[in-house]
Amino acid sequence: MISLSHFLVLGAILFSIAMAGIFLNRKNVIILLMAIELLLLAVNMNFVAFSHYHGDTAGQVFVFFILTVAAAEAAIGLAILIVLFRNRRTINVDHLDSLKG
Amino acid sequence: MAIEPVIFWVFSTILVLSAGAVVTVRNPVHAVIFLVLAFFTSAAIWILLEAEFLALALVLVYVGAVMVLFLFVVMMLDINIAPLREGFVRNLWVGIPVLAIVIYELWVVVGEKQFGLDKVAAPAGHAADYSNTKELGSILYTVYMYPFELAAVILLVAIVAAIALTLRRRPQTKYQDPAQQVLVKRGDRVRLVKMAAEKKQ
Amino acid sequence: MSMENVYLGIVLAPLLGAIVAGLFGQQIGRAGAHWVTILGVAISFLLGLLVFKDVVFDGAAIYNNTVYTWLASDGVRFEIGFLIDQLTALMILIVTFVSLIVHIYTIGYMRDDPGYQRFFSYISLFTFSMLMLVMANNFVQLFFGWEAVGLVSYLLIGFWYMRESAIYANLKAFLVNRVGDLGFLLGIAAVLMYFNSLDYADVFRAAPLLSNLTVAIIPGTEWSVITLICILLFIGAMAKSAQVPLHVWLPDSMEGPTPISALIHAATMVTAGIFMVARMSPLFELSETALSVVLVIGAVTALSMGILGIVQNDIKRVVAYSTLSQLGYMTVALGASAYAAGIFHLMTHAFFKALLFLAAGSVIIALHHEQDIRKMGGLRKYMPVTYACMLIGSLALIGVPGFAGFFSKDAIIEAVSHAEIAGAGFAYICVLIGVFVTAFYSFRMFFLVFHGKERMEAHARMHLHESPAVITVPLILLAIPSVVAGYYIGPLLFDGFFADSIKVAPEHDVLARVGEHFTGALGFIGHGLAGPAVYLAAAGVAAAWYFYLQRPDIPPKLAASAGWLYRLLDRKYYADDINEFVFAAGGRRLGRALWKVGDATLIDGVMVNGTANSIGRVSRLIRQVQTGYLYHYAFAMIVGLLLLLSWFVVS
Repeated sequence: MISLSHFLVLGAILFSIAMAGIFLNRKNVIILLMAIELLLLAVNMNFVAFSHYHGDTAGQVFVFFILTVAAAEAAIGLAILIVLFRNRRTINVDHLDSLKG
Repeated sequence: MAIEPVIFWVFSTILVLSAGAVVTVRNPVHAVIFLVLAFFTSAAIWILLEAEFLALALVLVYVGAVMVLFLFVVMMLDINIAPLREGFVRNLWVGIPVLAIVIYELWVVVGEKQFGLDKVAAPAGHAADYSNTKELGSILYTVYMYPFELAAVILLVAIVAAIALTLRRRPQTKYQDPAQQVLVKRGDRVRLVKMAAEKKQ
Repeated sequence: MSMENVYLGIVLAPLLGAIVAGLFGQQIGRAGAHWVTILGVAISFLLGLLVFKDVVFDGAAIYNNTVYTWLASDGVRFEIGFLIDQLTALMILIVTFVSLIVHIYTIGYMRDDPGYQRFFSYISLFTFSMLMLVMANNFVQLFFGWEAVGLVSYLLIGFWYMRESAIYANLKAFLVNRVGDLGFLLGIAAVLMYFNSLDYADVFRAAPLLSNLTVAIIPGTEWSVITLICILLFIGAMAKSAQVPLHVWLPDSMEGPTPISALIHAATMVTAGIFMVARMSPLFELSETALSVVLVIGAVTALSMGILGIVQNDIKRVVAYSTLSQLGYMTVALGASAYAAGIFHLMTHAFFKALLFLAAGSVIIALHHEQDIRKMGGLRKYMPVTYACMLIGSLALIGVPGFAGFFSKDAIIEAVSHAEIAGAGFAYICVLIGVFVTAFYSFRMFFLVFHGKERMEAHARMHLHESPAVITVPLILLAIPSVVAGYYIGPLLFDGFFADSIKVAPEHDVLARVGEHFTGALGFIGHGLAGPAVYLAAAGVAAAWYFYLQRPDIPPKLAASAGWLYRLLDRKYYADDINEFVFAAGGRRLGRALWKVGDATLIDGVMVNGTANSIGRVSRLIRQVQTGYLYHYAFAMIVGLLLLLSWFVVS
């Protein structure tokens, strides 16, 4: 039988992979955005699992809102990406160091 | 043997592999495709968790809208693939130990000891006529009314922001101004020129 | 009318006059200014008479009350209050009387001065300050009066503020007084520290209990607290009463108009130190060391400043050095525990010194502000009243039997001869020689001014005439007490007049020993004729007569043959030069060193700019952390998350 723990570990693994994606990837900003989507998916996985095992619909409502915000975030993120690309002709993470001290 | 463990293991394996592929493949287009696959498999797992509405929303909204947007952007930017992979391995030796610790600690936190079946019993499945959508809707439009409306506003702001960010004015573009067209007077268009009539000799 | 209102009236009347004359001088005009201030001082004087009668003749109880609490902080109360006893009553009389005379005299002396109203405002304010000082019943008010007197003296010495020398002189007076005030303030602070009260009565009551207390200022040396307090307070008195080495401001204060010289030298300012020490007698009596210091300083001042008077050629400066010398006598009296004799001399000196100054002023006016005695001479036939008054003043000053100065000065000399504390022998010799010196310089000036050849310029001689009544009447008014005041020696010194105000330890009570032979004023004269002082004075007069009237050719030869001695005296023992080159230049060097090292290098260089520079350096180092790369920030966040998670997991 599958326990709650299985789902949570699945979420944890997803989360770790996405994190690794964020700081191992040094080239492509789009990949970073996708990794963020994965992070959110991992969180959502936990919410849904808890919601199911505790019999509380509120968890699913939360996932609903997270999906909404994630969609908005993806839209704006991609818009910024386009503007960035338009100005710098690159989305290489290594070249984006305007904040260097 | 119950069907649920089989479904879980199959789909979770695909999910983990495709997630790993998302962050490792060279080609961004492939990454997007793998991400779509990850979403699909997690939708399947959510159905296993009786969250049918969210599973479908994930497929429809995410795969249907967001991921297509991603794909669209990736293809529009037309970046060359090869150099974008450098340095990945170089950073691996810091990344791997950190990740290992994170996974271990998460395991400690969410492992069988805390959330095993003996701690949290699996709930009984719902009846066949149970509607996840209906239940979600009933709570969303009552208890979570204000957050729901806020979410709508956030989406609106996101739309406006995305358009505002990417809108480009091209000074060379010629376009019609209806206001100018309406305001035009006869004198602007017609010029009467007096001239002596020609006489036939 | 209660006595409290009388006391308030005494101090407030001159203040009111000063405010009206000072702020509304333009509106009330010249006559208005002198009338309002003279009225204020006259009211003070009359009320002072009333108080004197009340305290001395009607035997009223000593008034010691607070009229106003300024502030209270941690149990210490800063108050304005009055202590009215015989000492205060006498001082009020002296101050207001001399001040009144000076006010009247000023009408004549300052007649043509554009700053007429301002001058009256200042001298009235001066009177107010001095009255606040003498009537105080606590150290705060004493200090207030002390500083107010210093401030107004600054304003008055620099009254002719267009003269560079006046500005220099008033700055000098102010600075020298600051030196003394530092000691005075430290003394008051020490009083507050050990007695936890600033009220005279509390302090004097508690003083005997602390007589054996010591304090280690420099580790390893024990100082008696009382001695320390007394010497600190006396440093203040040294500046105010112009004792060596803080005397340098007084001769320069001659830059002010003559009336103010009279007021400063006779009744206010310089007497403040003498009065203060007499008032603090319960403290000084507990410390023989402090008394010895007072005695020796006074003796040195009395002799050395008198000698300087011999070489001065400015008429006012001669009188100024005689003031210094006489202040030395008063200080000697204080040191010998003959406080009453000191105050007595203060009183008689106030009369004849004011007289001398005002007479000198009369001469100066007559000669159109000529002050050099070498350009005078033979004035006797032009200015008979001034001549007579000056003669009376000089006789009183040198202590001719029968004149006021004789009684007070002889009382001091007698008292010193009976004193047994350290330095008494030295002081006795100094004051005896001082008598000769006093007589010599006084009559040197007198003969040079009023006798001998007429050395003034021709056109000045044409206009020579006696001064108007507004000047001569004050002179006459002062001449009277200069003669008769001495006959009060009996009641003042030997009948316990000051018994309630001045405490003298029995083993120090030299006046009691002098009083054993006292049989009345005439008997005192007879006793004085048996002593050396009178004959020394006569010898001084004779020497002056011989050198300056009979053989005027000798002094220049003497000066030439003993060149170094003459130069030493002419340069006033190089006191000004020492101040100039040691203290002033040293202060400037110290200031420059502190500025270069302390301010520019340490504060600006190390602290201000150093802070900025080190921030800059640290910033340059740690800004390397800010790479600008997204994954570095993400990695930092993840490490943070990891640490947080580890913390939860481990705990």
